Amino acid sequence: MSDAEKTLVRIRVNGEFREAQVEPRTLLVEFLREHLNLMGTHIGCDTTYCGACTVILNGHTVKSCTLFAPMADGGEITTVEGLAKNGELHPIQEAFAECHGLQCGFCTPGLLLSTMYLLKKTPKPSDQQIRKAIAGNTCRCTGYQNVFKAIRTAAAAMEKP
Amino acid sequence: MYAAPFSYHRPASLQEAIKLLEELGEEARIIAGGQSLIPLMKMRMARPSALVDINFIPGLSEIRAHQGELRFGALTRHAEIENSEVTAAIPIVHDCASGIADVQVRNQGTIGGSLAEADPSGDWGTVLQTLETSVRCFGPKGERMVALEEFIKDAYTTVLGHEELVTEVIVKLPPKGSGGAHLAFKRSAPVYPTVSVATQVTLEGKNTCKDARIVMGCVGLTAIRAKEAEAMLRGKTLNEKIVQAAAESARETAEPQSDMRGSADYKRVLLAALVRRAIGIAARRARGERAEAGHEYVGR
Repeated sequence: MSDAEKTLVRIRVNGEFREAQVEPRTLLVEFLREHLNLMGTHIGCDTTYCGACTVILNGHTVKSCTLFAPMADGGEITTVEGLAKNGELHPIQEAFAECHGLQCGFCTPGLLLSTMYLLKKTPKPSDQQIRKAIAGNTCRCTGYQNVFKAIRTAAAAMEKP
Repeated sequence: MYAAPFSYHRPASLQEAIKLLEELGEEARIIAGGQSLIPLMKMRMARPSALVDINFIPGLSEIRAHQGELRFGALTRHAEIENSEVTAAIPIVHDCASGIADVQVRNQGTIGGSLAEADPSGDWGTVLQTLETSVRCFGPKGERMVALEEFIKDAYTTVLGHEELVTEVIVKLPPKGSGGAHLAFKRSAPVYPTVSVATQVTLEGKNTCKDARIVMGCVGLTAIRAKEAEAMLRGKTLNEKIVQAAAESARETAEPQSDMRGSADYKRVLLAALVRRAIGIAARRARGERAEAGHEYVGR
């Protein structure tokens, strides 16, 4: 494809302005990984199922394997790289580490962002609300029990002033 | 997975979108939320030469209550409907919106896109046929309103012309004494249902069925109305026997296919159970009782 057929995609990722000329068929997840070199967002199933590619776009979680990058143009994105600040882990990351809410870690970036989205809307989630919030994130290691512990621990930690 | 190459276009108005569709020719397609179309494109089951992205057209994602109707802009996301206080007036709409796939898909997928895509497993086409629903379409010749039953013609096929798109979905509020329920059985959250059933029951007095609609999803090329089952309920006192008979009738009307979600036989058994339960919940809601319905899957 010649440059003339490429589309300019300009987004703010984790507070930083980034842009690249890409083929329109570039998926948002490929744009993040291959054009912006942000490898934290994972490609798992690539079929809108597993949620490993979850990012926050304009305040809402989406599966970045199911968006063409130009559809996110002008948008604001948070990826897992945006959670830690100045070398300090985010409380959600701390909780996942502390509760062993991961084993192989492949699904973790997506789960962290789904947790962030949940706790922003529902600071004190019930178990049922947690289940619903992470229904689109598949983990094949943990059995989810420690993920639940991590989310409850994160909720408690973030509530403290 | 990469979709086949396409050119990308971003109109700022509906008029501009129509003009682009005219210029770009037959192989151009509208993209809204993309939650059905993008997976199809990645599997190369759809290969549009051009995409016209309507997400940047303002004013297409409002929910409004208007003279006994609920009006959903075509770009209203499922999550916006799930969280809308206005839709509390029609519980069956909330049943549907709150259980489509998962949080991420509901944040992106749209009601207009779901109807225009006419996927045989899509939820909105099933649920909204239990209510008086019309689809506002806009094209080169202006606007027209199409009743939902006439809008969806076949699997992945609607009455929309090539240069026409959905701008609004209009749902008439059900009468007093009417209740609806949507039950969709899924293997897990992100997938389409194996079978779904949407019912709307209007009662006269405590337990006489004045009117009923039963629409079945995922058991045919489009959602199927179980008209004989509806007729069996009309004018009758609702009891276990009559509801069972209606469920049996609905089971005969369905045309399920064996696929990776289950055998045709399994789907018929599941369908009859869902019809029975959905009528029960709809009737309870019609009486003003609270009752849970929606999508059901392991781990919910």
